[in-house]
Amino acid sequence: MTPKRLIDADPEIAQRLVSRREAIAKGASTSSSLAMGLAMGSVPVALAALSKDAFAQGGLPSLIVDVLNFALTLEYLEAEFYQTGVSTRGLLSSQTMPVFDQIRKHEVAHVAFLKQVLGSNAVAKPTFDFTAGNGKGNGPFADVFRNEKTFAAVAQTFEDTGVRAYKGQAANLMGNDTILEAALRIHSVEARHAAEVRRLRGQKSWISLDIGGGLPAATQASYAGEGNRFHFILAQPASGISLTEAFDEPLTKGQVLEIVEPFIAGS
Amino acid sequence: MKLEDLPETPLSAGGQSRREFFRRTAIAAGVGMPLVLSGCHVIGAAGRQKLDFGDDFGVLNYAYALETLEAKFYQQIVRTPPRDLKPGEFEILRDIGAHEVQHRRFFKRALGILRIEVPEINLSSINFSSRNAVLAAARTFEDTGVAAYNGAGTRIRLAEFLTIAGKIVSVEARHAAAIRDMISPMSRSFAGDDVVDAHGLDRAIKPREILSMVAPYFKTPLRIAGI
Repeated sequence: MTPKRLIDADPEIAQRLVSRREAIAKGASTSSSLAMGLAMGSVPVALAALSKDAFAQGGLPSLIVDVLNFALTLEYLEAEFYQTGVSTRGLLSSQTMPVFDQIRKHEVAHVAFLKQVLGSNAVAKPTFDFTAGNGKGNGPFADVFRNEKTFAAVAQTFEDTGVRAYKGQAANLMGNDTILEAALRIHSVEARHAAEVRRLRGQKSWISLDIGGGLPAATQASYAGEGNRFHFILAQPASGISLTEAFDEPLTKGQVLEIVEPFIAGS
Repeated sequence: MKLEDLPETPLSAGGQSRREFFRRTAIAAGVGMPLVLSGCHVIGAAGRQKLDFGDDFGVLNYAYALETLEAKFYQQIVRTPPRDLKPGEFEILRDIGAHEVQHRRFFKRALGILRIEVPEINLSSINFSSRNAVLAAARTFEDTGVAAYNGAGTRIRLAEFLTIAGKIVSVEARHAAAIRDMISPMSRSFAGDDVVDAHGLDRAIKPREILSMVAPYFKTPLRIAGI
């Protein structure tokens, strides 16, 4: 088939293509390896080129590593959540299964993707407590894998929070176009997930004011600030709720970690 | 980079030329213009229908043009809704239209005198009396909008503009998912394999290709420069 498919199927080839030794032997720079990956139409190849060369020369900038590890932690959380959900007998109805399984597929792919980019710098997966009980298993979502409604509520919170988390980090990736574009492409997939889970729960697909929509009080931090009406340097007049719906709001890393913390049982 | 850093900091590591630095500074200065002029009526940049990607205003004008297309499309639906819409669907389309109007308004105000002329939109190829036709067009516009923002993100130089684009693109992605679910309820379509690849990445399409995709809907062709 096409070179793109061959390379996607065999990471070894990508690694050989962009090994540092080869790059040095040919006098190639990081950007030429990157260009090779991009020319082949494969973002993962380009990223592999980038991370290998960058690490060989002293590492990706620590800011970018930090952002990607932050993203990886959130993706670990989501991937394990949906893996557990779709494989728990009797939890999901046949109606919602295709939706949650599609989301699961993407979150698992995001984990694999970020681990590939980070290489040996990737953080390990923590252990999770999806009841939000810090490992005690009796948090506010105690029936998360017994009650589909609770599962969907937690899913919505994870997705809406994930969208805000990626958004808050985009500017930190501006030094690296390949990684920035990949992050933007994950960001919009998370937003598609959020919209669908909200619909499945009988909510609008977008966030009105700072209201989560039929969610337990424990989730409110995920929606704090969504009612913002000031965008960039332009203050826009209060005109109904459409202005708050039309713009999703970022969260800082600290805010996100605070939201996620109850779901972490241990490292 | 933060806006307030502009005068002191020549931005991110790695070989920033003086020219680049001054260009960015000029962008920051330009941003203030709409505020300065906010007491006047909007001054259209007469004769300017070119998207110059040499600076952030090209990207903003590009977004403005796409949001104008979307806003006009939904405004037409609200004026002449298809009779065969299902219960609740009109309200969803009306809400989405209101969001697109907010986006258009944002870009219009942010650009001020640097805005291109208001693009004239041609939607005559869309059958607004058919639910299927309207939803299919909506899906195309929303998916295209998502891919357009994703593909233009790396062209943005000012951090604040990137964040704003991020605040908008995720709402476009929410629209895309909602429309797809209206067409094919409770299926994998909301983030289908036709738009999300095996690595879980949405599409990112570069401006030139996007503009050729949407060209049939613009009466005056949008020219492109600086890429």
